[in-house]
Amino acid sequence: MSFLVLEHVRKEFGGNAAVEDFNLSVEAGEFVSFLGPSGCGKTTTLRMIAGFEQPTSGGIRLNGADITYARPNQRNVGMVFQSYALFPNMTVAQNVGFGLKLKKVDKSAVRSKVEELLGLIHMDDKGQNYPHELSGGQQQRVALARALAISPQVLLLDEPLSALDAKIRDELRNEIKRIQRQLSITTIYVTHDQEEAMALSDRVVVMSKGVMEQVGPPFQIYNFPETAFVASFVGKLNRIDGNVVDSGLGTVRSGVVSLRTTSEFQAPSGAAVTLMVRPEELELGESEENQVQGVVESINFLGAIVRVRLDTPTGQLTADLFNERLLKLPEVGDTVTMSFPAHACWVMPAGAS
Amino acid sequence: MTATSADSKRVGGVERPPRLRPRRSYFGWIGILPFLLFSTAFLLGPAAILFFRSFQSNEGGFTLANYQQLTDPQVLQSYGLSLRISFVTALVGGVFGFLLAWAVIFGGLPRFFRSLLTTFSGVASNFAGVPLAAAFIFTLGRIGLVTALFGFFGLELYDTDFSLYNFWGLTVVYMFFQFPLMVLTITPALEGLKREWREASENLGASSWEYWRYIALPVLMPSVLGTIILLFGNAFGAHATAYALTGGTLRLATILIGAQISGDVLQNQGLGYAVAMGMVVIMGLSIAVYTVLQRRAERWLG
Amino acid sequence: MTVTAPPVVLEAPSAHPDSEIKAGQGSKIFAWLIIVAGILYFFTPLVATGERAFRAIGGVFSFEAFRRILTDPGFVDTFGASVINAVLTIVVSLLVIVPTAYWVTLKVPKLRSVIEFITLLPFVIPAVVLVFGLIRMYSRPPLAILSSRESTRVVLICAYAALSFPYMYRSVDNGLRSINVRTLTEAAQSLGASWPTILWRVIFPNLRVALLSGALLTFAIVIGELTVALYLGQQTFGPYMANLVRNFVAEPAALTILSFGLTWGAMGLISYLTRRKPGRRRLRRQAVGAR
Repeated sequence: MSFLVLEHVRKEFGGNAAVEDFNLSVEAGEFVSFLGPSGCGKTTTLRMIAGFEQPTSGGIRLNGADITYARPNQRNVGMVFQSYALFPNMTVAQNVGFGLKLKKVDKSAVRSKVEELLGLIHMDDKGQNYPHELSGGQQQRVALARALAISPQVLLLDEPLSALDAKIRDELRNEIKRIQRQLSITTIYVTHDQEEAMALSDRVVVMSKGVMEQVGPPFQIYNFPETAFVASFVGKLNRIDGNVVDSGLGTVRSGVVSLRTTSEFQAPSGAAVTLMVRPEELELGESEENQVQGVVESINFLGAIVRVRLDTPTGQLTADLFNERLLKLPEVGDTVTMSFPAHACWVMPAGAS
Repeated sequence: MTATSADSKRVGGVERPPRLRPRRSYFGWIGILPFLLFSTAFLLGPAAILFFRSFQSNEGGFTLANYQQLTDPQVLQSYGLSLRISFVTALVGGVFGFLLAWAVIFGGLPRFFRSLLTTFSGVASNFAGVPLAAAFIFTLGRIGLVTALFGFFGLELYDTDFSLYNFWGLTVVYMFFQFPLMVLTITPALEGLKREWREASENLGASSWEYWRYIALPVLMPSVLGTIILLFGNAFGAHATAYALTGGTLRLATILIGAQISGDVLQNQGLGYAVAMGMVVIMGLSIAVYTVLQRRAERWLG
Repeated sequence: MTVTAPPVVLEAPSAHPDSEIKAGQGSKIFAWLIIVAGILYFFTPLVATGERAFRAIGGVFSFEAFRRILTDPGFVDTFGASVINAVLTIVVSLLVIVPTAYWVTLKVPKLRSVIEFITLLPFVIPAVVLVFGLIRMYSRPPLAILSSRESTRVVLICAYAALSFPYMYRSVDNGLRSINVRTLTEAAQSLGASWPTILWRVIFPNLRVALLSGALLTFAIVIGELTVALYLGQQTFGPYMANLVRNFVAEPAALTILSFGLTWGAMGLISYLTRRKPGRRRLRRQAVGAR
């Protein structure tokens, strides 16, 4: 029996569907991310779980209870906002203890719980500070502690790291993961940053324009995308347009180049398709399978990765090569051959965005 | 410009370049000279004159006697009346003005009311003076519309203690610019209440009432208090409305000063200056407190 | 005009539990009560005045009162004088405030608090105290400016300008901040513009809305001003109207309606102008006029 279930949840605003037919079953203790660009409906769905929006149709169940239309203050879910939303007139300790105070928990119990949480977020000595005296990262940690103080059944985070500097973002990201593991709390995390989503989650829900594109573990989403949107939104992507030669053998022809994939697909011969392959799968040099020739357009040394851009007859290709001290790189303008294995690529109908 | 280690100071082990003093720190004042001159001629000067004369005896020497005479019953009565009306209109104006602003922003009323209230408040707060007095005479005066209406239902207004031309009548009239001033000043503060605070509080289990009690009202309190004090000062310094309404029979502090200008009603020139100065002190205090409270409010809501 | 509206939380469909709807209803009823009370309070005097103004001796709806007042020479003289005063006040105020605000914003931001302090003075020194001081200051030599009617009028206009500083300065200051004066000036300078050119062609046009707002507010306030005009013995609209109110005829009602219409027109214009530019800091309309 799943812990948090969303069934056929739909949300319309003035006739436009912001969320269409959302279905998800989350296990207790699972970390699930909603990933997608702005306007894809991820925040709206989160807010429906929190109770700040009401579904137009469909149901939400938490630990067996139907909470679809329950008031937000009766759901016992903890929410962390992008803008921290700490109460400015209260100290850190008062903020964290607010939920407990509302439940009429006695003062000493509140105090010890607050202390415990401040220890959890490593801010033991900041209890008497006011929010405006803290940095963004610190405020967000307090917001997290405040949400956890009421021992919520689900923790909801709405792009909590978007407003922070890159370095703080990294630190806090690890903190959140650590705390989540430690408390084994079911967590829903909304973000537009795919690296964040993949680093943190047990499963990722990729959304676009209100529709769930794919649900699965990060490895699955990245390596076996089910739609063109997922393929291009998560990670970098190379596309080679061509026509099917024989779908049973997995052969595709692009211009004068013959390519082969081991991924299964069904299409009649001659159908227009796009072959997709990740940049890190490309290697310099020839091979028996799948080689493409082109002119080096640019070489970007990024440190651990060397990014080579190739102009080929079928379009531009990007290859991410691992740095090696003795790596021999081609020059801009050279004609080189790059290759990739047949199992590294897959095929999708042409024209899919 | 590179600083040599000989020039730069070592502060806490960190090299700091030498401080550049602004070369033309007095030059800036030239640009605001016209403004300063104008203000001196028509604001600071007149105030200064009153200030210095208030310490002058009739013979021309320095004295504190004028201030000691502020306990003159005529003066005390005027101040008392002004303080009372300012206090009452500030409090009632503040509370009801707050409720009006709350109603159009959070009360779930049709959107149209909000812009109506804002525009109208802009008008009403500047409608004070003669037109306002006239309008209320036509409403609650001896042959006013509402007076007649009450009479129609058997309640003869002017047989009771009520009169437009006494303390309570003036209070009713003052509300016409006190309510709008509160609305205009508190609306930005109400809009500054972040939606996320409300959502966060609900998320933690708070009811609507608990949200207002523990979060919204405390956060708004500096603004509300500050604006009530602003309203207080606003009423205290008001002259035209009362004059147009009562012609000077209701002896507010401002009316007293006005009468003093026309003739020496206090039988003592120096006392007149002291009364004026007393008023300036009270107004100055109220705006100082207001400013302090506004700063505090901005820190939380900004 | 189609506008993409931000998501508005729609009314929940009827399949919702009652508790949700009732809680909202409670405060909604209260809000309606408040607004109705407010409307009653604010509109009753206007209705009463209107009733009086549009009623002639016969008790029939008529413009007679308006006709009488608009042809009364007393009205024409004093209202005309007030209009001229208002315009002159606006000019003087702008001439003093705009360059000063521009200078302060650009060159000496530290002096801003000095300016702001001075612009608070009209609140600390109410009109009746100010005119008291003005009379004492300028009635005796060597500053005997109040000896003649014309020169007194100059003092009146300057006093009005001084009283307009708080909102005139705030209006201009807001305007300058919203157009990022420093960058504009530097851009103009790098293109070779001289100071007068910068002021006239770059700054002024962008400040138009702010200046208009301040000017309209000043206009509305000066027209009906009573206290300073009264004690300086000036025959302007304020004292004229106060006199009429005392005599209690139909004219004051018509005048009041006119006055209200004028103020509403000015404020409405300001609202309209400032709404055109979103994101502009709100001009806090402190009432510093006749009260």
